[in-house]
Amino acid sequence: MGIRDRLSGNEAVAIAMKQINPDVMGAFPITPSTEIPQYFSQYVANGLVDTEFVAVESEHSAMSVCMSAEAAGGRAVTATSSCGLALMWEMLYVVASARLPVTLACVNRALTGPININNDHSDSMGARDAGWIQIYAETNQEAYDNFVQAMRIGEHKDVRLPVMICQDGFITSHAIENIELIEDDKVKAFVGEYHPENYLLKKENPMAVGPYDTAAYYMEHKKQQAEAMRNAKGVILEVAKEFEAMTGRHYSFFEEYMMDDAETAIVVIGSSAGTAKAAVNELRAQGKKVGLIKLRVFRPFPMEEIAQALSKVKAVAVMDKAESFSACGGPLFAETRSAAYDLKNRPAMINYVYGLGGRDVRVEDIQHVYAELEKIAKTGETGEVYRHLSVRE
Amino acid sequence: MSYKKACEVNESITWHDITPGGDVYEAGTSKLVNTGDWRTMIPTFIADKCKHCMLCVPVCPDSAIPVKDGKRLDFDFMHCKGCGVCYKVCPFDAITFGKEEK
Repeated sequence: MGIRDRLSGNEAVAIAMKQINPDVMGAFPITPSTEIPQYFSQYVANGLVDTEFVAVESEHSAMSVCMSAEAAGGRAVTATSSCGLALMWEMLYVVASARLPVTLACVNRALTGPININNDHSDSMGARDAGWIQIYAETNQEAYDNFVQAMRIGEHKDVRLPVMICQDGFITSHAIENIELIEDDKVKAFVGEYHPENYLLKKENPMAVGPYDTAAYYMEHKKQQAEAMRNAKGVILEVAKEFEAMTGRHYSFFEEYMMDDAETAIVVIGSSAGTAKAAVNELRAQGKKVGLIKLRVFRPFPMEEIAQALSKVKAVAVMDKAESFSACGGPLFAETRSAAYDLKNRPAMINYVYGLGGRDVRVEDIQHVYAELEKIAKTGETGEVYRHLSVRE
Repeated sequence: MSYKKACEVNESITWHDITPGGDVYEAGTSKLVNTGDWRTMIPTFIADKCKHCMLCVPVCPDSAIPVKDGKRLDFDFMHCKGCGVCYKVCPFDAITFGKEEK
């Protein structure tokens, strides 16, 4: 039986890091992720972990420290948000292509500008093509549980990719919720030690990491990296299964809520799923057949599985907490609508960009979306596909 | 995961066999690569005029002048880039320098 506690999402992730006891943390403070390295540096100072804490002068250096530590053969973690993640951009790609399984706690916050410290997903969604596995959380519990599973996925020999464990800034990072922690020894046994086959400090076998790649080799490396991301799908499910055997908590690529007989559905990422579930409960009480898909894993994108989950509904609203300025919808919408293309009977599909820069998402906002979907399901008229929720006209 | 030796990695290797991230699992592997084909100018070693003073050996940026038993040998043209530094430094006209005909 786990340990019952009440923690903020940031402290929960810091505790997961403490239980894992990584070799290196390279981190630079930025709201709202600052508390993670802050709590962790206290564990270091108090001798609760053996980690080398490297206080760097920027996020670019934080990710460089993590990359170097992983290349040396160690296990490295970091945490960041918003512009901090943006400053890591160059290194995110280098880490992924060098196949170094760094674990990053991303506390999602809007990207500037205009300057804003509140939650949306523009930071990690912007990094979606960097080659990182991305796993999102609705609650503090999920943020903690995802972090405990991260290294088993990223370090798997068929994967070897860095992992971003995302949670919503302030909404889960600073809100204190009940949580069930796993005992230290169980986490240690579950995560295990990191034993890469080749690493820079292996003195009997000198090696070079990250050499120049000419046109004759680059495509082969990118194909191999793409294949690793496909392999991650199976590994994510295997690790989730083992995690469920340990804790009783079930995880997959996404959670289906009231989807069995649903006629309309919302696809959403992160904490807004909690609000959406409340909306679903109220509408179900009125006899409306509404359902919800809460996406947990965005990279790799579970294309066939999402398509299958949407195969019986009439109308879908995909909710994007990030603008991608494509002039035709957000990133989750692009992926989800592409997934549905392979279905024989495709549902009508609309996109809502919502909650940018911390704009509140209320139960009635989500109910408005379901009301729109009900109209579309009845009339067959989709109307405007690319919409913005709760914006003053 | 493939951990091929550098000598097994060439332009016909498949994505299955190429090393992850381009990792190289040995030291000194640049010896395996024919970088001499970058050359447009070429030095010529005139053995008769050479006094084996060894001034040319340390100035070569590519370690392309082999030495055996205190005597310099002909150039290692797999790695010589034709920079001409050895030609400039030779006090005995034992090295000539000209356009390479290919």
